[in-house]
Amino acid sequence: MSDNRTVFGAKLLPYFLLFPQLAVTAIFFLWPAGQAVWQSFLRQDAFGLKTLFVGLANYRALFQDPDYLNSLQVTLVFAISVTVLSLGVALILALAVDRMIRSATVYTTLLVWPYAVAPAIAGIMWWFMFNPSIGLFPYMLAMVGYHWDHSLKAGDAMILVVIAAAWKQISYNFLFFVAGLQAIPASLREAAAIDGAGPVKRFWSITLPMLSPTTFFLMVVNVVYAMFDTFAVIHATTQGGPAQATDILVYKVYDDGFIGHNLGSSAAQSVVLMAIVIVLTVAQFRWVERRVQY
Amino acid sequence: MVENRPWLNILAHAVLIAGVLVVAFPVYIAFIASTHGPNDFMSGLIPLWPGSHMVANYSTILSTGISTSGAPPMKLMLWNSFVMAMMIAVGKIAISILSAFAIVYFRFPGRMIAFWMIFITLMLPVEVRIFPTFKVVADLGMLNSYAGLSIPLIASATATFLFRQVFMTIPTELMEAARIDGAGPMKFFRDILIPLSRTNMAALFVILFIYGWNQYLWPLLVTTDSSYQTVVTGIKRMADVADAEPQWNFVMTAVVLAMLPPVAVVIFMQRLFVKGLVETEK
Amino acid sequence: MIKKIMVAGLLVSTSMTAANARTTITWWHAMGGNLGAKLEQIVADYNKSQDLYTVVPTYKGSYPETMTAAIAAFRANQQPDIVQVFEVGTGTMMAAKGAVYPIYQLMKDMGEPFDPKGFLPAVVGYYTDTDGNMLSMPFNSSTPIMYYNKDEFKKAGLDPNVPPKTWDDVVTDSKKLMDSGAAKCGFTSGWISWVQLENLSAWHNQPIGTKENGFGGLDARLTLNGPVQVRHWDNLAKWQKSGVFQYGGPVGGNDAPPKFYSGECAIYMNSSASLADVVANTKGKFEVGYGMLPYYSDVKGAPQNTIIGGATLWVLQGHPKEEYKGVANFLTYLSSPAVQADWHQFSGYLPITKAAYDLGIKQGYYAKNPGTDVGIKEITLNPPTPNSKGLRFGNYVQVRDIIDQEFQKLLAGSETAQQALDNVDSRGNELIGQFEAANK
Repeated sequence: MSDNRTVFGAKLLPYFLLFPQLAVTAIFFLWPAGQAVWQSFLRQDAFGLKTLFVGLANYRALFQDPDYLNSLQVTLVFAISVTVLSLGVALILALAVDRMIRSATVYTTLLVWPYAVAPAIAGIMWWFMFNPSIGLFPYMLAMVGYHWDHSLKAGDAMILVVIAAAWKQISYNFLFFVAGLQAIPASLREAAAIDGAGPVKRFWSITLPMLSPTTFFLMVVNVVYAMFDTFAVIHATTQGGPAQATDILVYKVYDDGFIGHNLGSSAAQSVVLMAIVIVLTVAQFRWVERRVQY
Repeated sequence: MVENRPWLNILAHAVLIAGVLVVAFPVYIAFIASTHGPNDFMSGLIPLWPGSHMVANYSTILSTGISTSGAPPMKLMLWNSFVMAMMIAVGKIAISILSAFAIVYFRFPGRMIAFWMIFITLMLPVEVRIFPTFKVVADLGMLNSYAGLSIPLIASATATFLFRQVFMTIPTELMEAARIDGAGPMKFFRDILIPLSRTNMAALFVILFIYGWNQYLWPLLVTTDSSYQTVVTGIKRMADVADAEPQWNFVMTAVVLAMLPPVAVVIFMQRLFVKGLVETEK
Repeated sequence: MIKKIMVAGLLVSTSMTAANARTTITWWHAMGGNLGAKLEQIVADYNKSQDLYTVVPTYKGSYPETMTAAIAAFRANQQPDIVQVFEVGTGTMMAAKGAVYPIYQLMKDMGEPFDPKGFLPAVVGYYTDTDGNMLSMPFNSSTPIMYYNKDEFKKAGLDPNVPPKTWDDVVTDSKKLMDSGAAKCGFTSGWISWVQLENLSAWHNQPIGTKENGFGGLDARLTLNGPVQVRHWDNLAKWQKSGVFQYGGPVGGNDAPPKFYSGECAIYMNSSASLADVVANTKGKFEVGYGMLPYYSDVKGAPQNTIIGGATLWVLQGHPKEEYKGVANFLTYLSSPAVQADWHQFSGYLPITKAAYDLGIKQGYYAKNPGTDVGIKEITLNPPTPNSKGLRFGNYVQVRDIIDQEFQKLLAGSETAQQALDNVDSRGNELIGQFEAANK
């Protein structure tokens, strides 16, 4: 924020300019979020007819609740799996496209459009394909002797939601990797090639280190995506099951608040989530600021 | 290209083709499902080749809707989604560019507070604050309106940051020159900043349009009148029927139709899309 | 001149409001698919039948989504007049005194003729308070029944006209079906929590919880780990291993119906309201037979009667009297024999009044459509006991989730039946205790 550019001297104008955004932020973000924080200290029935201030009881209950601790663990596994899978696949595709000269645009077009598919819709499509009775994949797996059943097997369910969530994110990561690869000076790679480094060695010694800022940035973005934007995917496929094997934090907020009407606990969980996003956003923003400097 | 290794090129093509197939496969299945009759799904395997009901399914979903699938005609839902996505995209761009202008080109008391207020919106996804937000919207009488669908979603830190960065790359000489010419801030904004950030605005528009189109939980809660239902929530309605089987052929027809507009935006405006995507996060 | 125009304008506008003086009544419901279309048609008929009120039905998503939307709307003072709430939400709605307008009270206040005795006791019993007052209006109620594949029974050398009566019969028939190659599995089931636990308990006259299954007060607790329930869940786990039973997934069990429609499983237990789908999806493939739920013949008192599921209509507080008059009028219309019989016959939901059932008999409907009265026979088999009247617990939507979760752990082999049901009780009672604390 500290730059020495010259500025206009108007006194009132900047407030007028900021007003629409700040008004929307205050009315639809800060005020409701404040209410969520307040709600987390209350115990209330669903209709809001009886209210009792209980202090930190909702938080204490939360961290003693095995279901919540399970949800934390599930979220960790889910977020890491989605991130690794979507980053890995995207990197391989980006490396391949980076070799192309004429066909790069065509491939890029064919690879980026899933970004435009709504998570809710992606979830429905994958649920349809993995349906144990009529789906294609269980049928093919049965031919190689594997009995697929995501309504019963925790591992199968996790694989399903990870694939459905990662599928949508591949195109996004792919574009950033392509941009990152293009930013690597060709002279570096040529020099290494002249030194006799093969493609594999060059990847490990030059490409990957040069990509590390992009990779770090994408990791944060993907973790945030996996933690928040995948609600619709879970909702459309496993709904947190079987036996809470895919019950990620944001789904649990929804489940306890929307289905269970346990507003106090749900609000406390929201506040914990806010804390997590704040940490992640600050990490991301620091990286952004660094990039802006040069 | 550093050197020419044919096997590497072949491998790269193979990887890419496999990637394209993996990415496209679910949509292919959805399309196939949308060309079949209602009873082709409940027995054995889902079909892999097109069926003969394509025209019937699409015309039913688009025009009549109600009688067969319990959903209003898709035409209306598509229109609602379009209006909502447009309002979100245009609204976000408008309020963000103004606030970025204020933050970059003015020094005033409370500037940092304003900056942090905008920044904090990054941290409050709609799922986290949905109950209280609903109450605010209801108190303002905005349920069942396009305003209620879009305005609570239009505050955006990312768009503000994007414009802030664009403005910071604009040489200060331009502004000094404008000042020497006696141009006021709004004239500078109109004649210099807007033209210079036109492509950024277009790129951002593509991203935000998709964001708006794909909203699910918020429109579900805030519309109590089915004439304001959006297409993504409409599909869930068809897939989620109480005490009955979803009619997969119609669900998948709707899925294909709901995907078309944003996918078309991405494909036909690919350059802008890529630019928008990379820039909103940088 | 200008004045004249203004007066004329005023006159026009007042006369227009007089002509449009229909009071609008909002109804939020959760009926998607064909049922939603039928519901809209019923409402349209009502709107045409009189000129005082216009009922506006709005689909609000699944049952939980509809209920949550109504609660959120109530908190924001934007509630509809009528909301459809599924049976497991009953506890929450009943505890919300001040938010709901009990039906018996509404009918009395509005001077609408109303005879609670005309309703089927097994249906309305679920929704009455301890004094026998009706709190909500049953709309779509169903009960689980058994469907079976007659063609496969024939192929296996079984009599296609004799459905298995007891669980022993189910197992012996299933083995014959599987050994003869007629079917790959014996039976599957939708709604494990509702069919294979709650109804199992009622059908065998076993308590689901203390205090008359929760009807007696908020301090009631679950007792689902009784010997009959443990024995049955233990059997289900064994049968799942041997292939006699195939699990159809949590909640409604979305994967169960295709297993039956494709002929994979020969027997299928699910809601009587699935009948229309069963008929539509098996037409031309095989003949379907119908039977009552099986029971363990050595359990005293079995079979007792089944309990219902489905949803009722709750009226919410906070509207002008004019609207409530319309609500009362509309609810009377909805429970009239002709409308009820039509809805029941179209959907497979149970008729809620005796008159609607009698009308169906007179029309010859049950003779023409075999299987359609199995559910009615099940719920009226015996007068309900405190164990078979229904159940009423707070937070029960989430208790159902717990039942699904523990059942999945049982099938995955990580728990015994006793452990699973003990956990259902302890985890469920935790939630019920929270509900009690929040509503005291």
